Amino acid sequence: MNPSKSNLKTVLESGQFAVTAEAGPPRGAKPEVVRQKAKILKGCVDACNVTDNQTSVVRMCSLAACKILRDEGIDAVMQMVCRDRNRIAAQSDILGAAALGISNLLCLSGDHQTFGDHPQAKNVFDIDSIHLLQIVAGMRDKSKFSGGKDVDGPPDLFIGAAANPFADPFKIQVPRLAKKVAAGAQFIQTQCIFNLDKFIEFMKGVRDRGLHEKTYILAGITPIKSAPMVEYMATKVAGMDVPAAVIERIKGVEKKSQKKEGIKIAVETIQRLREIEGVRGVHIMAIEWEEAVPEIVHQAGLKTR
Amino acid sequence: MIVGEQKPIEDIMSFIDGYERILLAGCHGCVTVCCAGGQKEVDVLASMIELGRMKRRQPCKITKITLERQCDVEFLEELIAKSKDHDVILSMACGAGVQLVAENAGNMKVLPAINTNFIGAIHEKGVWGERCQTCGDCKLHLTGGICPVTRCSKSLMNGPCGGSRDGKCEVNSEISCGWQLIIDRLEATGCLDQYENILEPADWSRSRDGGPRKLVREDLR
Repeated sequence: MNPSKSNLKTVLESGQFAVTAEAGPPRGAKPEVVRQKAKILKGCVDACNVTDNQTSVVRMCSLAACKILRDEGIDAVMQMVCRDRNRIAAQSDILGAAALGISNLLCLSGDHQTFGDHPQAKNVFDIDSIHLLQIVAGMRDKSKFSGGKDVDGPPDLFIGAAANPFADPFKIQVPRLAKKVAAGAQFIQTQCIFNLDKFIEFMKGVRDRGLHEKTYILAGITPIKSAPMVEYMATKVAGMDVPAAVIERIKGVEKKSQKKEGIKIAVETIQRLREIEGVRGVHIMAIEWEEAVPEIVHQAGLKTR
Repeated sequence: MIVGEQKPIEDIMSFIDGYERILLAGCHGCVTVCCAGGQKEVDVLASMIELGRMKRRQPCKITKITLERQCDVEFLEELIAKSKDHDVILSMACGAGVQLVAENAGNMKVLPAINTNFIGAIHEKGVWGERCQTCGDCKLHLTGGICPVTRCSKSLMNGPCGGSRDGKCEVNSEISCGWQLIIDRLEATGCLDQYENILEPADWSRSRDGGPRKLVREDLR
């Protein structure tokens, strides 16, 4: 694999329907945990995101886990949040990531630290996700740090951002996406989609503004593992929209078949998403259930890579 | 105004443990308005301390005084003069007041009796809300008069984040989403089109991040 070339970018530019997944790094220093996830995902995804201390729970850093994925032959998408690092640390980590051959960066604000296991922590939020996009784009395209000085060897990164069509106020979500695109977002990975009607409405707004032609939109998918998990997501996870019908559908099957039903819902959702103009791929977030990804990819008839 | 609240009485009692002659100093400024450290609160706290010490059979003598402002040297003279006959000063002023008293109290120990919480406004009787984090670079003209630094839990200059739901913040449902408030105000004032302007990163050097700040007005010197 060309160390400085983003496979995700190549796939998207070629017009293929892209598949990305997500690997949560371990809560310890065991590289084999990441390698194991890489083995499961290899061959069925175009790239794999590594979360950055998601839900403010301390885990192995995204940069290190991305490097391990890279060494296993998977194109890694490094997620970077603004919660834990100021503009100095962010730019430093960006240079380090690019130097290690990481070729994709997803710029996020980050969950508030009150969700995690260190609620006493001080948050940083020196900059927000839109600033982070601008900063990376400036480093790459203009060889300038945010402070104005020259970068000696710009980082070649494919830059992405998140979108949550289910957050409020709804009317601002398309304009917010436009801001991210203007700031430099080349690809977008959305929050997991359970409320398809709302997502379809969002995508209509995206097309009306022509944003689908300026950025690659990957629709978020999370397979439901069990009834308690879907109830937890519906009530406890920030920014989630899980319609009652989805919860009822999972609860309606016996416990041992719930995983199967969750995968079935994911596959059906992908099939509907593929019909939406402007959706250029899917981002499968199988939370601590990476084994589900190959099955979903296979059942959805997505080309094995 | 600066909003504060009295520290737990157990904490205050432990601070003053062993001191017999206590000078309890209130302030007629912000802490009077927010009912944390004015004349009235001085009277109540003095009674609580005396009662507590009586119970412990460790009686103390409390002198009560409430200054015009503890954050202005001009008004400290009386307090410093009185402190000579005391073992400790217990201040009910905000953090600025306690510090200015300490800086001027020679070898006298100065203790805080209130926690200084924030710069805020009164929502209703007994309820205050934070409004300003004194970032030193006011952006209220760009954000409909609602401060993103203070009102957004992540101080996002370009919010809201994906955690905004039904007008509430992801941190908890008691907190209004600052960016929902901003968007509502922009819309109400016919300025919603401004939303798509990207607000630049803040210059935190004008905030506390530039070190403790000092304001010099040559025209007033």
